[in-house]
Amino acid sequence: MAADTQGGTSAGRSMFWQRFRRNRPAMLSAAALVLIALAALLAPAFEAVLGVDATRVDLFNQYAAPDGSHWLGTDEAGRDVLVRLLYGGRISLLVGLVAALGAATIGTAVGLLAGYYGGRLDTLLMRSTDGFIALPLLPLLIILAAVDLAKVGVPPDIANSELASLYRIIFIIALVGWTTVARLVRAGTLSVRTREFVRAAEAMGARPATIMLRHILPNIVSPIIVATTLSIGTVILLESVLSFLGLGIQPPIPSWGNMLTNAQELATRAPALAVWPGVVIFVTVMAFNFLGDGLQDALDPRATRR
Amino acid sequence: MLAFLIRRLFGMAVVLAVMSFVVFMLIGLMPGDPIDIMIASNPDLTPADGERLKRLHGLDLPLWERYANWLGGVFTGDLGFSRTYNRPVLEILLPRLGNTVILLGLSSIVAILVAIPLGVIAATRPQSKLDGAINLFCFAGISVPPFWLALLFIMIFAVALGWLPAGGMGAADAGFFARLEFLVLPVVTLTIASLAGYTRFARAAMIEVLRQDYIRTARAKGLGPRRTVFGHGLRNAMLPLTTIIALDFGTLFSGALITETMFGYLGMGKLIYDSILGNDFNLALVGLLLATLVVLIGNFLADIAYAALDPRISFRALEAA
Repeated sequence: MAADTQGGTSAGRSMFWQRFRRNRPAMLSAAALVLIALAALLAPAFEAVLGVDATRVDLFNQYAAPDGSHWLGTDEAGRDVLVRLLYGGRISLLVGLVAALGAATIGTAVGLLAGYYGGRLDTLLMRSTDGFIALPLLPLLIILAAVDLAKVGVPPDIANSELASLYRIIFIIALVGWTTVARLVRAGTLSVRTREFVRAAEAMGARPATIMLRHILPNIVSPIIVATTLSIGTVILLESVLSFLGLGIQPPIPSWGNMLTNAQELATRAPALAVWPGVVIFVTVMAFNFLGDGLQDALDPRATRR
Repeated sequence: MLAFLIRRLFGMAVVLAVMSFVVFMLIGLMPGDPIDIMIASNPDLTPADGERLKRLHGLDLPLWERYANWLGGVFTGDLGFSRTYNRPVLEILLPRLGNTVILLGLSSIVAILVAIPLGVIAATRPQSKLDGAINLFCFAGISVPPFWLALLFIMIFAVALGWLPAGGMGAADAGFFARLEFLVLPVVTLTIASLAGYTRFARAAMIEVLRQDYIRTARAKGLGPRRTVFGHGLRNAMLPLTTIIALDFGTLFSGALITETMFGYLGMGKLIYDSILGNDFNLALVGLLLATLVVLIGNFLADIAYAALDPRISFRALEAA
């Protein structure tokens, strides 16, 4: 899994691009993700053009069928489903990206420290990682989602703000999602640590932090990128299930998960409401998985998976 | 063998102890304590009664002291009472544990039984249409939100077609087979994600194995393709798969929580979820620890299976690992 050191050179980059371009599912996924992200960013434009409002409750227009202005109809409060999906997409994608990056940062730190220092620290960190991987994480996340922010010492103006649920879910998912990256980074660090350029840097008296961040990390970026891309999908799934259970993103902020919260009761009355948010979660997560898979194939030429 | 067992049991005890401490502290950070809730729901209780009750139950003590008291109780066999059910927590947990073990066990078995043939089929025909279809199915399986899948299944098979019950458990006195129809949708829902993951690993492991020299030797001595794959390939490919399955038990339990909640299946996952939301802290804590124990035991069994599958690996080797 050791990244080619030429990964940063232009030759390495063009080889990567050639390989990646041949992978049709990955290319399709990348295009789909760009489209979804663009649509989510342009949510206000959709609102303006279609003449609808994502937040306006209209009880005279509940469960409307799709028409010219409400392309996907309206929900139980008469709000436009399409525009709410787009705003929900902003939240779900934001949580996915930020929490996955946060988790990757924690994992990289743990993996670098364990791999570079070895010995007792390595044993301690990796035993904890192994123990952590085995845990049933969802119940833990549910408890973390229910913790009273005021009792942890979070300032009340943040704890009571509308975005508190957003910050919280990013934080707790990053807190539990770091294990895969930690193991990959440790393995990479172990293989790079003994190389000549690391020895040379040590001989010249470079500080451990410099060696880890300037000399080791750039050489193990590929597996981190792949694992992080794959984990974005997992994070979006986690966010959606927590929000669905009423413990993640709190209404009135829409997220793909909390748009499904009432769907179970509405399954007979308005099945479409239960279908659309699930479809976009499904498509987005699948696209991130195909993208990660394609990146892996393109970044790691030695893995002749096919 | 004995040293291995002791070492593993010690490791499990450490994980459980750390887990109980962390969860106890986190639960202490959740809004509202049991007495506040009791006062809120009973207008006859005065705030002074509340103070007295808190002192009586030791709730006025600092968190770590309460943890020490709780731990002391555990060692004398007292795991505490459930606030909602007014019964000892184990009395409520154990029947639920049985239901969850049935669900998890069936799902694991189905996932393994389907994943291995699928993985072998895909691995022996790499790049074929069939391989592509199986690959697509795997990606779909790991990408679909489980609660949404449950919702779709309910909408299709229970509401629209009326083939299967939308949830519940069936009459308690009904036999196992009468209750089987209530298990179909939960088991399928829970199986999909692990099934997809296992299939990908089975395929990758099988492709790796089929490239080995001993496979070429087996073919060269005139062994048929079928016997080569199943006789020589499969057993070796199973090894990495065992590790993956072992690591999957925690995820599987998380999946059980979702599945049980969606289908109203009275298992541990739903109980833990309900008790966290219902502020039944004792039940949530012990339930979570019991779930962790089940997961750890699952890991342990997978390790044993690993040793049983690979004659080169003795328990001595596992001890060193």
